[in-house]
Amino acid sequence: MQPFIRLDAKVAPLPLANIDTDQIIPKQFLKTVEREGLAKGLFYDLRFDAEGREKPDFVLNRPEYKGAGVLVTGDNFGCGSSREHAPWALMDFGVRCVVSTSFAEIFYSNCFQNGLLPVVLEADEVQQLMDEAKGGNHVVTVDLEAQTVVSPSGRTFRFEIDPQRKQKMLNGLDPIGETLQAAGAIDLYEMKRALTQPWLEDA
Amino acid sequence: MRPMAGKTLYDKIWDAHVVAQESPDGQDGEAILYIDLHLIHEVTSPQAFAGLRAHRRPVRRPDRTLAVADHNIPTVGQGLGVAAVADEEARLQLQMLEKNVAENGIEFFPMGDVRNGIVHVVGPEQGRTQPGMTIVCGDSHTSTHGAFGALAHGIGTSEVEHVLATQTLRQRKSKNMRVVIDGTPAPGVGAKDFALAMIGEIGTNGGAGYVIEYAGEAIRALSMEGRMTLCNLTIEGGARAGLVAPDETTFDYLRGRPAAPKGGAWEMALGYWKSFFSDPDAQFDREIRLDAATIAPLVTWGTSPEDVVAVTGAVPAPDSFAHPDKRASAERALDYMGLAGGQPIADARIDVVFIGSCTNSRIEDLRAAAAIVEGRQVAAGVRAMVVPGSGLVREQAESEGLDEIFTAAGFEWREPGCSMCLAMNPDKLMPGQRCASTSNRNFEGRQGRGGRTHLMSPAMAAAAAIAGHIADVRDFLR
Ligand code: SF4
Repeated sequence: MQPFIRLDAKVAPLPLANIDTDQIIPKQFLKTVEREGLAKGLFYDLRFDAEGREKPDFVLNRPEYKGAGVLVTGDNFGCGSSREHAPWALMDFGVRCVVSTSFAEIFYSNCFQNGLLPVVLEADEVQQLMDEAKGGNHVVTVDLEAQTVVSPSGRTFRFEIDPQRKQKMLNGLDPIGETLQAAGAIDLYEMKRALTQPWLEDA
Repeated sequence: MRPMAGKTLYDKIWDAHVVAQESPDGQDGEAILYIDLHLIHEVTSPQAFAGLRAHRRPVRRPDRTLAVADHNIPTVGQGLGVAAVADEEARLQLQMLEKNVAENGIEFFPMGDVRNGIVHVVGPEQGRTQPGMTIVCGDSHTSTHGAFGALAHGIGTSEVEHVLATQTLRQRKSKNMRVVIDGTPAPGVGAKDFALAMIGEIGTNGGAGYVIEYAGEAIRALSMEGRMTLCNLTIEGGARAGLVAPDETTFDYLRGRPAAPKGGAWEMALGYWKSFFSDPDAQFDREIRLDAATIAPLVTWGTSPEDVVAVTGAVPAPDSFAHPDKRASAERALDYMGLAGGQPIADARIDVVFIGSCTNSRIEDLRAAAAIVEGRQVAAGVRAMVVPGSGLVREQAESEGLDEIFTAAGFEWREPGCSMCLAMNPDKLMPGQRCASTSNRNFEGRQGRGGRTHLMSPAMAAAAAIAGHIADVRDFLR
């Protein structure tokens, strides 16, 4: 996993609520067996018209937002399907942080598997960031260590994050490797279970 | 001294599966939770197996893993085999799954096998899904299995890899919510309506941070199929999982299924399963009550499952929403759906009817739809299809003659799979087409780019097929 420590990047506003994973990465892009290369499908129906031409007014197609590394969006971002293709596509496109008032749970946890930082701010702070992102200067600083987002005008918003998740994100840890260190405890659990629920061993 | 409060059903399942608990600063952090059953399918597993290979990690418990091919398979000509799948990328994914399960010794029901079907139909049908278990799958509707009193939820592909490698998952405990539904529903009203009513009430993010237990007399009266519908849709309310405590209905469903314990083991298992219920003094962090008697048949009007309206009602006007974001979302949804605020929802003419998906493609769903369809004809110009949830559901329906009822009325009788629920296979809506669908998501483009989805129960979808527009199933009851 890519560590996330601090990021200075352009922020793009996407003021819609309930952006689901079907919108983030439509199903025709799920037939891949790779993790890479999904940027082409990111927000496909928002970015392209029926003939596959770029819609010039969609935020990520506008020249001033090219290369945006942070997205600020409405409530309940990432709802719907569990597809990890959603964070993969965002990362592949260059987005490393999404700011919202709330995230759907599976998407939120998928972000932490990939080094994409989901930041939850209060509604008025998200609104402020949204407004400033529409201005001429729209560079923000996201600092995971300090748990802050500094808006283009210099206002600092603090966010909460689970301390364990934060540490893992800062260090870019491999969760599987970490869990395998507990293999002894898993062995023991399985031994006990084989005695108390033997019918599960015959399957 | 305050006596310790009792445990909820969720607490009990959780506690029974904690392998290790991390507690930095004395606070409960991540737990390593043992996973009893891991279901996999072709779309969210290839990158997980690739990850295992890259790290030379074996699958820890292939015997606790079951694979199906469901998301992108065609729903005709399955007997021709994977090599005949026209879509090249889909074929590659299916072949990759075959290779991965063979290499790792995982049980697999390939496309065309009568036991194959939608993963959330197959697990219960085989008796793999059992009370008190932890069950995960790289698919959000894994919540379906909660109907058996199993803690079941969707995971991402990195977590699929984690479970394959360790048979555990790193999790944080959720809060407890109880949804109590009492009363007796009117004829024509059922589990799908309960679920839509609840989502309409709490919103699509209302369950965030919770596991929901369903209780009350209307829940106890539901069949396993109905409970699965309800738990399936729990994820659309944003909750991690839904649960129904196991009871005689559950045990009767499981008895004799291929993977259910037999003989002495059955008795032993039964004793264990019966320990999974919420103690009378258990505390819930949030509770919601609904009266089944007041729930009308519901349909969705917009592009979020919370956009529900009684079939007798009207599409809401955007102005009726106080919050500016909601107003903007409603405007956008109405524009996409081609509807106007204030128009009666029953005026909406439909082009396609889809009866299928892990929400509503079990035998009872097909029976409910067939009861409405029997002796009637699909309205002119409407394409109506039934996609059974599994090969076994299809076989059962055929043995009851349901296929003939559907085909005589003008429905297509197709082979099992996810089909038009997410339109990853050739079954898709065309832009602008309006669909009465028994599936679970009405998101923009979900059933095909530009397609317009109205979620409803199987009986309601059947009524819409006959009427040619959204219709009140109560006018079709006999
Ligand atoms: S039927 Fe639909 S919701 Fe269910 S598993 Fe398949 S795609 Fe997912």
